[in-house]
Parts: sequence; structure tokens; C-alpha cells
Amino acid sequence: MKYKSQKVAYWFFALSMLLLSLQIIYGFIMGFAHMGFDNLHSVIPFNTARAVHTNLLVVWLLSGFMGAAYYIIPEESENELVSVKLAYAQLISLAIVGVIAIVGYHFNYWEGRKFLEIPRPLDYLVVVNVLTFLGIIVTTLFKGKKRTTTSLVLTMGLVFAALLYLPGMIWFDNQTMDSFFRWWVVHLWVEGVWELIMGGILAFLLIKITGVDREVIEKWLYVIVGLTFISGILGTGHHYYYIGVGKVWLIVGGIFSALEPLAFLGMALFAIAMYRKGEKKHPNKIALSWTLGTAIVSFVGAGLLGLAHTIPQVNMYTHGTLVTAMHGHLAFWGAYAMIVLAIISYTLPNLTGRKYYDTTVGLLAFWLSNIGMLGMTVAFGVAGVAQVYLERKVGLEFGDVQKEIQVHFFILICCATMFTTGIGMFIYEFFKHGRPSDEALIK
Amino acid sequence: MLSKSQAKLFFLGGTIVTFAVFLILSWTSLSNEVPKRTHEENLTPQVVRGKQIWEANNCMGCHTILGEGAYYAPELTKVYERRGEGYIKAALMSKTPWSPRGRKMVAYGFKEEDANDVVAFLKWIGETDLNGFPPKPDLKK
Repeated sequence: MKYKSQKVAYWFFALSMLLLSLQIIYGFIMGFAHMGFDNLHSVIPFNTARAVHTNLLVVWLLSGFMGAAYYIIPEESENELVSVKLAYAQLISLAIVGVIAIVGYHFNYWEGRKFLEIPRPLDYLVVVNVLTFLGIIVTTLFKGKKRTTTSLVLTMGLVFAALLYLPGMIWFDNQTMDSFFRWWVVHLWVEGVWELIMGGILAFLLIKITGVDREVIEKWLYVIVGLTFISGILGTGHHYYYIGVGKVWLIVGGIFSALEPLAFLGMALFAIAMYRKGEKKHPNKIALSWTLGTAIVSFVGAGLLGLAHTIPQVNMYTHGTLVTAMHGHLAFWGAYAMIVLAIISYTLPNLTGRKYYDTTVGLLAFWLSNIGMLGMTVAFGVAGVAQVYLERKVGLEFGDVQKEIQVHFFILICCATMFTTGIGMFIYEFFKHGRPSDEALIK
Repeated sequence: MLSKSQAKLFFLGGTIVTFAVFLILSWTSLSNEVPKRTHEENLTPQVVRGKQIWEANNCMGCHTILGEGAYYAPELTKVYERRGEGYIKAALMSKTPWSPRGRKMVAYGFKEEDANDVVAFLKWIGETDLNGFPPKPDLKK
């Protein structure tokens, strides 16, 4: 690392690792419940496990993005963070709000709106937290010597993500209106501004790892984020097919959703082309695997599997079934979990000075978690298609169908075990690097 | 070949145009269509109370409504039509976990008044025009 204050990033990444572990535990609780083993029902009912699982995902990814920004912005703007103390305070308050929310979910304290379950009083604390974070990032950027495209795209993504949190805080009496604006947050995050964040981090990694000229990488970054917004904003329509708004969204959503994979395809081709073009290869093979991996798996998970059920005629049958869980798992994994693991893999040796660039455990972590997640996706897909056919075509009762597909959750749990082994190895490597150290500073 | 400033223009221009179209479409949907399709005139204080109870207990954490939520328990948009008031109230007021086909629901043990509110909410939502969702099972004998 070049700047002392970049060390803050390490602690955000450590928080990510902790929350990711917890997220996986709650995932297992749900997998077993689907298989018929709901022994924890009286303590952790399914809706608690579900809210904890998805909210932990959001918080560990955000913590990862924040860590990435705290590492990237000083380096790109050539300036120390304006306040390290404030950054630590922000980290601690993020952790506290997260813990209160998660504990609250076990005591029926929540706002039951998918993905936005954090109760209203805590929402305000989230807003304060995110504003503090943005304040530090934006001031550092504008006081710095340089304003690179990479740092601007990343910051823009973070600012828009904060702004888009607000429509989710408005109360509506009408469920359709409620749902309409909930997607402004959820969809425009994951298929919009989070892709700016992902694009920014990816561009940074490619510049560092491949040694390709910054101007070339940043030019293509603009094209990709342009494609993302052109397809993604109107692609919100695929959430509006069957919730009580007009037929126009069937056409608009259908067409623009079909374009969404192009942005991800662009991202994958971009990463591969830059890797092949690069002459000066960075020795950090693990970071390289995660970087190329995120570009490719996000195309499959978010792009192709998303397209597979956003065609209106298909979505009529798959809407609200396990097919959504299939797409959701590989999409979040490929696009966002893997980019966070990529930036962690790249920055850890720089922060700690321990160059574990090419360890067997590190590479195994990559392959086991990816193969495990692919297996889980297939299991969800098979269960989902069977559910769609039996319930929506043949007309069997929901509960009877669930019994028929229980066996697929056994396969799911087997694959999840493989995935967890991979993640366990990643976390082991994380802690093997030790703490960040000033000795790792490059003068 | 494309220059960096052209690429930037593509990004900014594309974003602004599509976002403007999105806002216009949203505005027309919400102001003209939603009130009619959701029968807003039937949105009584009782329905709103039902929605509050629905959210306070995170029903979406297991069920789906309008096809949105979790996939552990049945889709409830048309449950009023499918099961009727008595069945829904029995499930909501049960003091032991409701589990007709083995899978357990949290035993909420609601007061009759609260159960009536939730029923009113489910009845209201069942009348929404959803472009044909959920589909009729066409292979059902």
C-alpha cells in the first residue's frame, strides 16, 4: 500500500468475513427447513432465517464495497483519507446497527418488506452512517491530486446507492405502490448503481493486475456502465409485470431485460481482453482468478440466468418460485460476492506485507466455492422447474409440491457444504495474512 | 475508433435519456393505472391496518404476495378466493403452529379483530388486476 490510511480497509473486510460466515449458517437453517428438518422452528422460524440471510448479504457486501473504497480512493486520488478516526467510528456504528437489526429479527422487530426489513428507526442510523462514509470518500477525492475515471465511477456508484435507499423509506397504504418503489431500491441497486461500484473496482483491479494502459481500461469502463444503465433502468420493468401496474411494462421490461446480459457480456469480454492484452502480469494469481471469475460468473448468473426468466411469458409461470432463488444465488455470488473477494485477495498482501500470491489453499478456496455455488444453482433450478410444472401447470397444492421437491434440497445442502469448505479456506487465508502493518508501506 | 470522451458521452447520454423515459412511464402508471387496477376506492382503514400487521410480522419472509417474498409457504394474492375467510382466520388465530401439510407456520394466535384486518387486506389484494397472474393450471384434470 502507498497510504497509511488504506489500512482501514482491512477492518471492513474482516467485518465482511464475519458476516459472510453468519449468512452461510442461516442459509443452512433454511436449506434444512426446506428439506423437512425444521427443528429450530420455535427459536428461528423461517422468516427470521430468511431476513437474516438476505440482510447479512447486503451488509457484508456494503462493508466490502466500503473497504474497497477506503483502499482505492487514497491510491487513485493520491491523498490520505481525510479522517481515519471517523472511518473507524463509521465501521463500528455499521457493525452495531447490523447487530441490532439481526438480533431484532429474532424478536419480531422488523419491517416485513423483502430485502428492506431493517426497522424504520434503524434506517435513519443507516442514513447517517452512509453519509459519514460518503463524506470521507468525497472529501478525500476532491482534496486529492487526481480525479481518475475509476475513482469517479466508484464514487458515483456509492452516492447513487445512498440516494436510492430513500424511496424504500416512504410508507404507502397501497401494496402495489409499496412494491413499485421497493424495486427502485432493490433493482436499481443490484442491476444499476452497484454495477458502477463493481465496474469501478474491476477497472482498478485490471489496471493493477494486467498493467494495461489506464486510458484504454477506463474508456471501456464508460461503455460498460453506459450499457448497464441503458438496459438496467428500464429493465426495472421486469419486476412490474404482475404487481398491478399497466401492460406497458410487459413490453418495456421484456425488451430492456433482454439487453441486460449485454452489459455483463461486455464486462466479461472486457476483463478477458485486458488480461490477454496485458504484458506485465501481476504475480497475485489468486486475485487474478477472482477478478476474471467475477466477470465471467456474473455474466452467467446475473446475465443469462436473469434473462432465462425475465421473458414475460416465462415469468408468468416462474414469478415467485424457486426459479428466482436459482438466479438470485448465482447472480449475487458472481457479480458482488466475487468482486469483494477479488479486491480482498488483491489488497491483503499489500496491506499486511505477506505475499501469499499463489497458495494451494487460496486457489482451492476459489474452485471449491465456485463449483459448490454452481451446484447449488443447479439444485435450485431443478427444484424450481419441478415446482413451476407441478404447481402452476398441473395445479397441485403448494404443500404437496414442496414434498415432491424435498430431495433437491439434499443435493443443495451437499453442494452448499462444498461451497462452505471453499469459503472456510478463504477465511483461513484471510487470517493467515495477519494484521495490516506500516511496514507494508511502499515509499 | 471510439475515444474516451465519446464513451463518456454514451454513458451520460444513455443514462439521462433512459432515466427520463423511466420517470415518465412510472408517472403515467402510478397516476392513471394503479388507482383503477388496485381499486383504490376499496382501500379502507381496515385494509391498511391489515397491511401494517402483514408487515409487522414479516409474512413475506415465508409467503409471496403479488409473487414477491419467500418461497417457503404458499402464494397468498388469491388466498381469499381459494380458501375463504374462515380458513384464513383459523390459520391466523391458531395458538399452535398451523401445518396442514407438515410445514409449520408461526403460531401468531391473533385476536379476532387483527385477523379480520388481515383478511380485509387479503380480500382487497385479491381483486387487483395483475395481467393474468397467477396463471390458471392448464393441465389440471
